[in-house]
Amino acid sequence: MTSSLEDPQALLPLPPAVFHILVSLAAGDQHGYAISKDVAERTGGELRLSPGTLYRSIQRMLEQGLISEPREIPSGEDPRRRYYSITPFGAATARAEAGRLARLVKLAVANGLAPEGA
Amino acid sequence: MPLYRALLRLFPAGFRHEYGGEMEAIFAERLAGRSISVQALLWLEAVADIAWHAAAAHFDLLRQDVGFAMRSFRRSPGFALIAIAVAAVGIGATTAVFTVTDHVLIRPLPFPEPNRIVKLWQDLPGYSQMEASPANYDDWRRMARSFSGMSAFTGVAANLSGEAEPRRLQGAAATVDFFAVLGVDAEIGRVFARSDGDEDAPQVLLLSYDLWQTAFGGSEDVLGTTVILDQRPLAIVGVMPAHFRFPWPQAEYWTTLRFIGDEPALDQRTNNALGVVARLAPGVSVEEAQGEMDVISGQLREAYPVDNANTGANVFRLRDEIYPPTRRMLTALMAAAFAVLLVACLNLASLLLARALARRRELAVRSSLGAGPERITRQILTESVCLSLAGATAGTLLAYLSLPVFDSLVRTSLPLGAPEIDLRVLALAVALSVGTGLLFGVVPALRASGTGGALGERTQTGGGSGRQRIRSALVFSEVAISVVLLVCVGLLLQALGRVSATDPGFRSDDVLTLRTALSQPKYASVADRSAFLERILERVQALPGVESAGYTSFLPIAMGGGVWPVSLTEEVRDRAASHSASLRFVTPGYIEALDIPLIQGRQIRASDRQDAPYVALISQSLAERHWPGQNPIGQRFSFGLAERTVVGVVGDIRNRGLERSSEPQVYLPHAQVPDGWLTYYAPKDLAIRTDGDIAGLAPAVRAIIREADPEQPVTDVQTLDQVVRAGSAGREAQLRILVVFAAAALLLAGIGIHGLLSFGVSTRTREFGVRMAIGATPRSILALVLRQGMWLALGGVIAGTAGAYAAGRAIESLLAGVDPAQIQTFAVVGALVLLIALLGSLRPALRAVRIDPNSAIRSE
Repeated sequence: MTSSLEDPQALLPLPPAVFHILVSLAAGDQHGYAISKDVAERTGGELRLSPGTLYRSIQRMLEQGLISEPREIPSGEDPRRRYYSITPFGAATARAEAGRLARLVKLAVANGLAPEGA
Repeated sequence: MPLYRALLRLFPAGFRHEYGGEMEAIFAERLAGRSISVQALLWLEAVADIAWHAAAAHFDLLRQDVGFAMRSFRRSPGFALIAIAVAAVGIGATTAVFTVTDHVLIRPLPFPEPNRIVKLWQDLPGYSQMEASPANYDDWRRMARSFSGMSAFTGVAANLSGEAEPRRLQGAAATVDFFAVLGVDAEIGRVFARSDGDEDAPQVLLLSYDLWQTAFGGSEDVLGTTVILDQRPLAIVGVMPAHFRFPWPQAEYWTTLRFIGDEPALDQRTNNALGVVARLAPGVSVEEAQGEMDVISGQLREAYPVDNANTGANVFRLRDEIYPPTRRMLTALMAAAFAVLLVACLNLASLLLARALARRRELAVRSSLGAGPERITRQILTESVCLSLAGATAGTLLAYLSLPVFDSLVRTSLPLGAPEIDLRVLALAVALSVGTGLLFGVVPALRASGTGGALGERTQTGGGSGRQRIRSALVFSEVAISVVLLVCVGLLLQALGRVSATDPGFRSDDVLTLRTALSQPKYASVADRSAFLERILERVQALPGVESAGYTSFLPIAMGGGVWPVSLTEEVRDRAASHSASLRFVTPGYIEALDIPLIQGRQIRASDRQDAPYVALISQSLAERHWPGQNPIGQRFSFGLAERTVVGVVGDIRNRGLERSSEPQVYLPHAQVPDGWLTYYAPKDLAIRTDGDIAGLAPAVRAIIREADPEQPVTDVQTLDQVVRAGSAGREAQLRILVVFAAAALLLAGIGIHGLLSFGVSTRTREFGVRMAIGATPRSILALVLRQGMWLALGGVIAGTAGAYAAGRAIESLLAGVDPAQIQTFAVVGALVLLIALLGSLRPALRAVRIDPNSAIRSE
């Protein structure tokens, strides 16, 4: 398990699944199913995380220190479900990725390729 | 959902336990309330999703485990290197030997339906594989229905002229359907056509692939060109494929056999010159063919009661042609190779057990940190497989490098090319090593990690005793196997010594030999031949250091055949093998050059010319056989197409080799044969007895020959010692290989003892410390450890001796009369093994002595 004092740039570029999971968790702790529903909604159905993709990503993100499992289950929720929360390192990495994507967009715009439907 | 849960089993256990429940829950929610068709789609999607991610998860774990294994090996490189070396030796030895053996004994020959190809031989009492005579071959061919094709062939040789250096080529002359019978086509050009067999057709030639490459540059332009062989022009019509080496590996060319000219004539019934190959007709078995040939032989015996007396026919599958002693030798080598593999596996097992024990603590720690038993098992499995694969790679390399050595061991007339590594055998050997690695690496580790509270164990002695017993048993077995191998080596060594010490009947030291095979058209007349031979001999005998020199048809041992029937003129005897003798035409000086003792009468003289009465020198056994109790000098007998008078008796020699029995010998003056007859036996081998300095002689003799005839090739320049020893070359090679095997096994056994005792000492450190603290002397500690090792070795030696006795009986036929039960061999081997065991025990014993009692008791 890597230290969270690592360089946020180290893991860029992030796979799309990882980025979306981080975005989802940025809003607050969630469990697995909620994350996948959230991602599907946010992307308008474009990105559906299959259980396999979801949990393997979660496993790797846990190893990389991007997310963690808080011990306390928020009250009122199903105690069988496991909750994940984003770590500071995860937040920094997500921010770094967002910045990278923004720079890409800027580059495209500068060359006359403004994004459609933005 | 049980189905989904079943699918989840594809994932590694760890992942499954962590996330399986959630995944199942998510999937269930997704399925809820959907139509059947959507559900079906979701199921398909789930299968794909799980399959893909499970594979990826396993792969991730594998990468981790391999990295872990590498780090683990780097921490204990000694263990890793020894384990790899041990596996390599076992795998390499087995693969190399098995490849050659399989290549020779088991693999099918490179012909279509090779099991349908048979060879036919004439059968005489005492000789089941006699070459056929042209007349018999012709009759067989016309009368037999069991074969879809039959062809005859004979060995030929000729001088290739037109090159800078005259070359002597070995080849085969065969009837025109030879290649049709075998079912083989040419690589380029064509094989024989029916028309090539016509009497007035030009003679055609087929080249071997090697000859085409080396002498004709491998260029396709060679087709249609003419070459001069023995002053005769032949047109090259084709080149045979690289793997085609029938009827002998040495065959460099094939030409047609038409029974015209100076070839054997079709009406000759007693000239045993032909090999016969045939293809069984569809639906006919070898037994049925043999049955028909028995009937036909009976008919021929009736039709030709004199020439075909006692003559039968034998049908053998081509595959079964391998000389039985070669087959036995190969089998023995295979057994030895497997023994080495076994020892290697035992050693590997022992190493792994020790390692498992040493890592118990480490594994317990990891287990308590949360690594499940499955995870730990995986890691150890990966380690074992890594080791085995590394060992397999090294072993393959070893096998590849040693293959030429094994190949040279097998001189066979089967038409096989060079053997390549047999992948099945390699796979088998690798499987055995991997299996050993898994069994002895994983199982004990599993049990160790399974004991959850292992951290609480304070000593390493408890729980390890069972493993120590297994290890002791392993070492015991290694020692026993080593003893078996060593005893076999000892017996075979003695057999070789016995064979080499056999008196061949002539003196082979200080004799230079070479061959000048004369082209027949050029030297068909006796007068021309004599002129050449005498000129050479005169000059050679004048060279300094030469004591005597003479020519013969064939040197002994190099050529063991060349056998003709003997009949006494007063009565016409049955034509049986017991009345055959080897036929040799010699010049004066030959008998003296080989120092064959003259027992009675006189030597061949220059006055024994073509127009003089035909005489003969016979060997003593022939005299005793035909004229027992009488004086053989002056007796007459019929031999080699003429009647001859005995003028001298010489000692018998071992013509067919030091290990086989030979027919009696008859030596005829080289001039006493009609022109153009028995040209196969024209003297060609020159033997020169020197007073010691052989080295400088060969160039001088070459010069003499070149001066006499610049187109005459000189071949086979070697000492007579080399000729004699060549007969035992197979034995020597086999022995060399076995020595390596036995040494490897012994070394492994020694390492095994060393490892076992070292480990024992390190686990008993505390005990030794206590003993010394309460008064045990260093010497008694030393004795304690040494005794342990020696008792184990002694047990192994005793068990091994029993096995060795059995092995000795099994190879008795290879021992040339050496008694497999003799005590000396067992005693020497036993002492050697005990010595190695002592050496292996010494280092651990000394370590035990140097233990400091205080720190031993305090430490853990």
